[in-house]
Amino acid sequence: MIAQLFIEQGLNGLQLGITLFLMAAGLTLVFGIMDVIHLSHGSFYMLGAYLTATLGARFDSYLLGLALAIPLVALIGMVVEWIAIRRLYERDHLDQVLATFGLIMFFNEAVRMIWGAQPIFLSPPASLAGTVELLPGIFYPQFRLAILGTGLAVAALLGLMIRRTRLGMRLRAGASDRAMAGALGVNIDGLFTIVFGLGTGLAALAGGMAGTVLSVQVGMGESILILTFVVVVIGGIGSIKGALVGAILVGLVDTLARTMLPVALRSTLPASQADSVAASLSSTSVYVLMILVLAWRPKGLYGART
Amino acid sequence: MAHAPDFRRRLALVLLLILALAVPPVLSALGQGFYVGFAARVLIMALAALSLDLVMGLGGMVSFGHAAFLGLGAYVVGIGSWHVFDGSPLPFGLAGSENALIVWPLAMLVSGLAALGIGAISLRTTGVHFIMITLAFAQMLFFLAGGLKTYGGDDGITLYSRSELAGLKLSDPTTFYYLCLGLLVTVLALLLRLSSSRFGMVLKGVRDNERRMRALGFPTYRYKLAAFVLSGMICGLAGALLANASEFASPALMSWQRSGELLVMVVLGGMGSLVGPVLGAVALMVLEESLAELTQHWQVILGPLLVLLALSARRGLWGWIKGRDGAP
Amino acid sequence: MTEPLLHTSGLVKRYGGVIATHQVALAVERGHLHALIGPNGAGKSTLIGLLSGELAANAGHIHFNGHDVTGLHVHRRARLGLARSFQITSIFKSFSVLANVVLAVQAHAGHSFRFWRPAVRDPALLGPALAALERVGLADRRHDAAAALSHGERRQLELAMALAGDPAMLLLDEPMAGMGPEDGRAMVDLLQSLKGERTILLVEHDMDAVFQLADRISVLVYGAIIASGTPDHIRADAEVRRAYLGEEA
Repeated sequence: MIAQLFIEQGLNGLQLGITLFLMAAGLTLVFGIMDVIHLSHGSFYMLGAYLTATLGARFDSYLLGLALAIPLVALIGMVVEWIAIRRLYERDHLDQVLATFGLIMFFNEAVRMIWGAQPIFLSPPASLAGTVELLPGIFYPQFRLAILGTGLAVAALLGLMIRRTRLGMRLRAGASDRAMAGALGVNIDGLFTIVFGLGTGLAALAGGMAGTVLSVQVGMGESILILTFVVVVIGGIGSIKGALVGAILVGLVDTLARTMLPVALRSTLPASQADSVAASLSSTSVYVLMILVLAWRPKGLYGART
Repeated sequence: MAHAPDFRRRLALVLLLILALAVPPVLSALGQGFYVGFAARVLIMALAALSLDLVMGLGGMVSFGHAAFLGLGAYVVGIGSWHVFDGSPLPFGLAGSENALIVWPLAMLVSGLAALGIGAISLRTTGVHFIMITLAFAQMLFFLAGGLKTYGGDDGITLYSRSELAGLKLSDPTTFYYLCLGLLVTVLALLLRLSSSRFGMVLKGVRDNERRMRALGFPTYRYKLAAFVLSGMICGLAGALLANASEFASPALMSWQRSGELLVMVVLGGMGSLVGPVLGAVALMVLEESLAELTQHWQVILGPLLVLLALSARRGLWGWIKGRDGAP
Repeated sequence: MTEPLLHTSGLVKRYGGVIATHQVALAVERGHLHALIGPNGAGKSTLIGLLSGELAANAGHIHFNGHDVTGLHVHRRARLGLARSFQITSIFKSFSVLANVVLAVQAHAGHSFRFWRPAVRDPALLGPALAALERVGLADRRHDAAAALSHGERRQLELAMALAGDPAMLLLDEPMAGMGPEDGRAMVDLLQSLKGERTILLVEHDMDAVFQLADRISVLVYGAIIASGTPDHIRADAEVRRAYLGEEA
């Protein structure tokens, strides 16, 4: 019984981890290469969810909705980069925090204006509505497995791209020495726009998938955003591998804390009290994790070590 | 050597003070007496923004978690009030209290201790890591506050009455306003003095070039921590006042959006000038309030305005008012 | 024979597989101007970093003014009387020239948990600050913003800040870097006037200045000291010639 709970929640934790990885990969690229603190990353996650829902409903196909939403959001992202983010590159972090904070406000309200303040529903495709028997007696929803699989596939593709392609090479060059790469003829502006679009596309994918499991509502971007930042900081700014490791760690710690703590506390405290104490304690677990990691490795697990 | 700008600066300060003193009578004369409460809240947020400028503008530490101290201060007042109404005792046999002379200093003490703990850990990092870690701590407190079932959980505590302060009737909006103004002016004056003192010089030096400060022989960590604690205490006081102003204390006070708002106020007004953030608070809150009257969707306008602000030259309102120049 | 004011033994600094500082034994006598020279990449900056405390040594000891300072933080060593100037100017650009030096004085004037009296007008700080500015010749620029100074004047300010704390020893990292001939000569004169008054460890590339000023010279090549002695001794040393002129073995 406890093993089943453990495996189930472990998989849920991995799934959260994969969602976080998709978010963190985009963010760590933007931060590592362009040195921009980009708070509005969560807004693209939100847009991904909303557009997948709307387009999916319009064409009566979740997959089509998702497939359309991703490039659409990536395009919006590139436009935003061109209009606003571009001017923030040489500025200090405070200006970037301010500007992207303003963008969050704008997007949240714009979404509220278009879709209304009530959460909307995003249902996964009917073809994946069943469960899979992983081990004798242990069932897990097909769709969550699909999310996991998709995320891992994307992670592998990203790794491949960064390591093996010319784009990846330019990205790594841009990350380590922007001025030099520019002097050598790498089109830095164009490169950055692409990186930004890539990041927002990943966020949209994350939102489109996560929206089936969580509720699609205004402000959903912010809660995932903070966790994403925690992942990036734990993993080390600029490192995709760090983003993966950090995301999995955070996903597992968060999910397992939420499941295990109430169980553990119920043995010592009355049920309702145990639940509320557990709820707030488990929300803090990832922050405790971050603080511990930073105490051990001040620049994150795979961050640049001078 | 800097006489003309100095005179202009002092003139501006005096004018602002006169304006502030005139607010309640002018508002009632215009039949808008209702807004005196709002004005008091503006002053309280100005106090909070001022506390943030101490660490950020003077010390170069960008804290994204200052709302935590605001919330802590408010909760101290709220919990004190709750226990008075409920009659039950607090841990250690203490009783609840609504006496401002007890709960307000207590609010400052609690925030100060929290700042000590948070600062001791966070100040071992710099840059974006510092920003993230202060955010993390604020989030932790946010969730912990939401878990306090006895004290309302997510919904928070409603105060049954405002604090009692030595015979003053704090429920009267005008009295409360002048009290807040008095406190704000006092703290501002003290901080302005502090800014040019030895301690202030150290902070500013750290902001400018921490490596050089250490090479000169300053143990920079302890000065940064001291500033952080002082800032936390002032922000805690603001929290206590805020609880009184809205007669309410909830986890939402500690949200990161609140911390972000404080950052905006400081930058809008002019980081490091101390007076600037006060203006920034006034400007932002008045702007939010008037936009909200125009349209329910005011954020769609304010958002891009903030973006524009961030992209523009960063001298802030105060720099614009007092004209150019001003080496410390 | 009195103990040298600063001496190191077996000082080693490694970066991964690279040995940046190799068993350095350096001794600077009280009152001397001791120059440290060497080709680019020899590890002079690393050595300065180790001496000032910004870098932690992998092995070896550093003794200063009778104390073992090997494990001490930067600010502790500064408090013990080891003042440093930076190769790339490191001043407080948002302060006035005077405020820069007042801060330097303040660092050695007890603690700074004083919240009331304006520091720049405090006579206890002002006196030594003005004296330091006079010494380097910047007194009449004292109310100007530090950011407004020319490059040469900023190097002077660097030196004033190092002097302001009345240090036992000055670690000067290329004080003449980037200076034109006139400014450079003024700096040499200034350093000449400081000789004897203070103990100085000077890192410099300008050979004329070095041979004119130095009481002792140490030559650093690939992280190791290959020769140490009087200027005449160094001029004649075959190894030094090989290192600088690259003669065949």
